Amino acid sequence: MKLYEYQGADLFRAYGIPVPSGVAVCTPEEALEAAGRLGFPVVLKAQVHAGGRGKAGGVRVVNTADQMLAAASEILALEIKGLPVRKLLVAEVVRAAREVYLSLIVDRRRRKASFIACAEGGVEIEAIAKESPEKILRLDVATRELRDIPLERVMPIAASLFPHPRESAETANLMRQMARLFAEKDCSLVEINPLVCDEGGKVIALDSKVILDDNALFRHPELLYLRDPEAEDADEVAAKEEGLSFIRLHGNIGCMVNGAGLAMATMDIIKHYGGKPANFLDVGGSSDPKKVIAAFRLILKNPDVKVILVNIFGGITRCDDIARGIIESLRQFEVRVPLIVRLVGTNEAEGRHLLKEAQVISAATLDEAAARAAAIVGALR
Amino acid sequence: MSILLDENSRVIVQGITGRDGSFHAQRMIDYGTKIVGGVTPGKGGQVFLGVPVFNTMKEAVAATQADVSVMYVPARFAREAMLDAAESSIRLLVVITEGIPTLDVLEAYERLQERGIRMIGPNCPGLISPGKSKVGIMPGEIHKPGRVGVISRSGTLTYEIVKQLTDAGIGQSTCIGIGGDPIIGSTFLDLLPLFEADPDTDAVVMVGEIGGQDEVVAAEYFRTSMTKKVVAFMAGLTAPPGRRMGHAGAIVGGEDETATAKIAKLEAAGIPVARVFSDVVKLLA
Repeated sequence: MKLYEYQGADLFRAYGIPVPSGVAVCTPEEALEAAGRLGFPVVLKAQVHAGGRGKAGGVRVVNTADQMLAAASEILALEIKGLPVRKLLVAEVVRAAREVYLSLIVDRRRRKASFIACAEGGVEIEAIAKESPEKILRLDVATRELRDIPLERVMPIAASLFPHPRESAETANLMRQMARLFAEKDCSLVEINPLVCDEGGKVIALDSKVILDDNALFRHPELLYLRDPEAEDADEVAAKEEGLSFIRLHGNIGCMVNGAGLAMATMDIIKHYGGKPANFLDVGGSSDPKKVIAAFRLILKNPDVKVILVNIFGGITRCDDIARGIIESLRQFEVRVPLIVRLVGTNEAEGRHLLKEAQVISAATLDEAAARAAAIVGALR
Repeated sequence: MSILLDENSRVIVQGITGRDGSFHAQRMIDYGTKIVGGVTPGKGGQVFLGVPVFNTMKEAVAATQADVSVMYVPARFAREAMLDAAESSIRLLVVITEGIPTLDVLEAYERLQERGIRMIGPNCPGLISPGKSKVGIMPGEIHKPGRVGVISRSGTLTYEIVKQLTDAGIGQSTCIGIGGDPIIGSTFLDLLPLFEADPDTDAVVMVGEIGGQDEVVAAEYFRTSMTKKVVAFMAGLTAPPGRRMGHAGAIVGGEDETATAKIAKLEAAGIPVARVFSDVVKLLA
């Protein structure tokens, strides 16, 4: 789960990581009131899950109350990389003397938790990593060290970011707190870009990017309030509650598949035959007919769907159970679009027999099923 | 021959008395796998499915001389179970469980590495050496003994490809589902050398997907160090960026992680990639 900057900043405050004073607001009037309390000038920052906010006009310094309403309204009207801006962070302006980059990540490739740092801040770290990899500093941290990493372990990186002894000490302490936050809240990323040293020599996290591990949310009920239902697709949330994995796409062939890899490969093969998938849908590993019914409900909600393709490879999943779910769905819902079913594996014969009795078309191979689905959609065009 | 698993492997089932554990333990026994015991904390001393149940892995291994463990423990108890396995003297831990917090996996991986124990998974279907032993959840009957190795990040997609191999008369030496999580115990790169060294494997099929760089790193190893044929399939050509496609690890983080980018790098390294998975068989011919 990605957090907004203001949510990340709240976590930082709770862990003693210095951040600018700031308030998240939803309207220009609230922004004006917040600025009144903070004192001008303030910086307005669009709260969206996308980079490049500055370039898109989503970050502005406002010097007077007169400018405030207009500036706040303009940012709230923006769409940044397709995402509408619903909230603003109103924050005090920090005069940065120097900017650096600092993050703590789960490095997939090296299978380690690692600090990544760079003495150049406010930049695209991926670009630097490609162009001048020698500028990237790295410190691997064993998971058992995260909650209480010794100062001397983080000091070399802290000192290379901010050499002044007082600033290095502050940075090292901040790194210790970052690691504790990372472990205690099960983060997959904590990124500060930029981390700055202000004109008074104080080290401050000027931005925050925090991603929480979805797999660990079950043990963090205290973090669930951070979820932003408005930013999520209602159908995708409903799917999750039913134990399905669903993602809306822009095509017109509705898909239902068991297994995530096979679901992706099914979408790919539809495209290979000239069709476009309307969704990604993994019904998971069980045979529960209720899941099949829930899947049909989701697919049929989409008015763009012109044909439905079901692709099941029975392992743990039993084909006859899936067939029963399909037949029950046809009874419950008015299905006006063609349905192509491809069942293979455990109890395949029984499943096919049930479908034949119910007059549902079954295809022998996925190639055949995908080609037929694409042909049906093509003929409608 | 085969890699990692054969008819002599002695297997413990962690979580044997649970719903998934007991179901699959029975299917493994039916396939011929030597299941020698189970572990469920608090249920030590019982006999279940004809094998003894122990409270800890250490006790289980001492009593049964097991060298492999397969884990079906629910995600919220998985950390303790993995660390328990790390304290025993097995050589291979196969973690089937889906949805384990990443830092728990990382902690267990670090401990298992220190102890010299290989991990497969988590969030995987397990592995099978057809005709000898299966440790996991895959349907045994679609496999056939033979000389092609399979390594895959997916479950059902692997079954599809294996069935096509079998239907075409191409048998398998060992098929390994490495799992769909961001952190996994064994990657393509960790396993390719084992197939390269196995005298009874002639070729390897790699089934990859979007997210991460594991396939690309493996392709570089292939280019510099492998003599055997490797062919591949990459799922997720149509996956939108930034979205998690079911598997926790199947998310396009950057341009390098798309299926298109990976296919280009694999082919540049000399690994032919099937555009539709039904073409994998043709590439092996």
